[in-house]
Amino acid sequence: MPELIVTKHIDVPGIDRLDVYRQYGGYEALEKALREYQPEEIVELVKKSGLRGRGGAGFPTGMKWGFLAKNEPRYLCCNCDESEPGTFKDRMLMEKNPHQLVEGVIITSYACRVSTAFIYVRGELAYAARQVQRAVDEAYAAGYIGKNILGSGYSLDVIVHRGAGAYICGEESALMESLEGRRGYPRLKPPFPAAVGLYGGPTVINNCETLSTVPAIVRNGADWYASFGTEKSKGTRIFCLSGHVKKPGNYELPLGTPLRTLIYDEQYGGGILDDKRLKAVIPGGSSTFILGADKIDTPLDFESVAAAGSMLGSGGVIVMHEDTCIVDAVLRMTEFYRDESCGKCTPCREGTYWLVQLLERIEHGHGKLSDIDLLLDICDNISGKSFCPLGDAATSSITSSIKLFREEYEYHVREGCCMVGPKARKPAAAAL
Amino acid sequence: MISEQAKQRMRELAARYPVARSAVMPALYIAQAEEGYVSRAALEAVAEVLNMTVDDVESVATFYTMYYQRPPGKKVIKVCNSISCYLRGCDALIEQLERRLGIKRGETSPDGRYTLLTAECLASCGTAPVLQVNDEFVENLTPELVDRLVDQWEAEFQSEGRSQSQDRDQVLGQRPSGAGGC
Repeated sequence: MPELIVTKHIDVPGIDRLDVYRQYGGYEALEKALREYQPEEIVELVKKSGLRGRGGAGFPTGMKWGFLAKNEPRYLCCNCDESEPGTFKDRMLMEKNPHQLVEGVIITSYACRVSTAFIYVRGELAYAARQVQRAVDEAYAAGYIGKNILGSGYSLDVIVHRGAGAYICGEESALMESLEGRRGYPRLKPPFPAAVGLYGGPTVINNCETLSTVPAIVRNGADWYASFGTEKSKGTRIFCLSGHVKKPGNYELPLGTPLRTLIYDEQYGGGILDDKRLKAVIPGGSSTFILGADKIDTPLDFESVAAAGSMLGSGGVIVMHEDTCIVDAVLRMTEFYRDESCGKCTPCREGTYWLVQLLERIEHGHGKLSDIDLLLDICDNISGKSFCPLGDAATSSITSSIKLFREEYEYHVREGCCMVGPKARKPAAAAL
Repeated sequence: MISEQAKQRMRELAARYPVARSAVMPALYIAQAEEGYVSRAALEAVAEVLNMTVDDVESVATFYTMYYQRPPGKKVIKVCNSISCYLRGCDALIEQLERRLGIKRGETSPDGRYTLLTAECLASCGTAPVLQVNDEFVENLTPELVDRLVDQWEAEFQSEGRSQSQDRDQVLGQRPSGAGGC
């Protein structure tokens, strides 16, 4: 088993409590950061480590910090609004090792000269929010947050803010709107948050897993972290394996590990459920393009997955076996985007409804052959034509599934039922 | 009515944030915990404390699905029906719950015991299918487990009913617990 970084201590009993976390080296990275580094040196360190955002876009973390405008006050938002279908790593990090996240938030705030940091936790994750709040309270009491932290002269306030049920608030500008006490509508960019963000101040927004990785980088150095992974995709990341595999779960692996290893290796997925054949994989949450079974040897790093025609996204690897009706599965994913579209931009608001109507029609055997091209046409009219990427995300599974499995859509139209799976027409009994 | 203690907690929260308005979401949670849902009184209390108009508070409350517009059942059951749970057979479990509870998804039972909702991906795909009862997870669902859960809820309500008839004062002190209080 390769060396773990962000989940190294995840199963240590009591690691969610400050005393146990400290026994395992907790807050040593914060002490080191405050004593040995100027804020800018930590930004350089993280740049050198090659750490890239683990929320979805994979933007280089240190570079993002370096973009912050110089005016003050500045803000940090830690995005723990995990709700991308197929993703369940941030919930685990918050529930099991919340101090690691809090330490990452404090170090990052110091590096970016932030005086107020927010941890935005998804509303549905009530236990995770309680765990993070308790860790923040313990850190205040121990002097790791508050005025003049560990005598360094640096002061920080950390506020845990609970969402209340809106996928869109995982989008960074909608998250800021929500934090400001408004409906979670995305903002037009530019200006980007690094220039004009929360309350109009320069704002850095990072994902939960990204910030949970920062303490290990400060403790062990940039070169150590960069020794994991591939040349351009450094380090490890948590892959959330779900769907038709024998052993679904969170597995931390070095970037560049082949998809086949994750799905079939006995230490990880252990193979396809009921030993069926693999049909398709969604490699980075439901917003990313579907890959066919022929891409099983793709190394899981940003560049290789892009070359294979998709994105590493949030790390949510969703596996589908041969009995999955692709039209029904895509319909289910599209319903999600219809329900979660915030309604601000017309192409996304109206387009996602229309897509669901067409997919329902096809799935239930009332579709026309021209509906398949109409789906693609609507996707083209949504993608890139709204403020935020939610609309784009809604089209990924549709365009990629039509490309890979067009005959299944056509079969639905022709035969009025699924080609495969439980709703497929059974061979006539007379054949017996 | 929203209690003075609740309003005081809202004021303290408002002081924590750089801008008072940022406390509107936690304040709505506090109000909802008192009333069981976001009532007119809840909207008015939050508006008063944060110096916003009632309409403005309502526009925020109606955007987020976790603020209830009407009183929910004592047990709010949210069953995930997104892709990973779908691949693991959540649809049959939702139908099973509909049969056992005698309500369709989106409905509250007439006796006020249950609200059955479907939810978008609950970040529990590795232990799919999954549901939440009053915000607490039940993972790795099977038809047998769903049956046991419903039996357990029914037993809870029955023993509650017995203790209620023994002590009427207690009844007056009770309120719906499905508020997702923070």
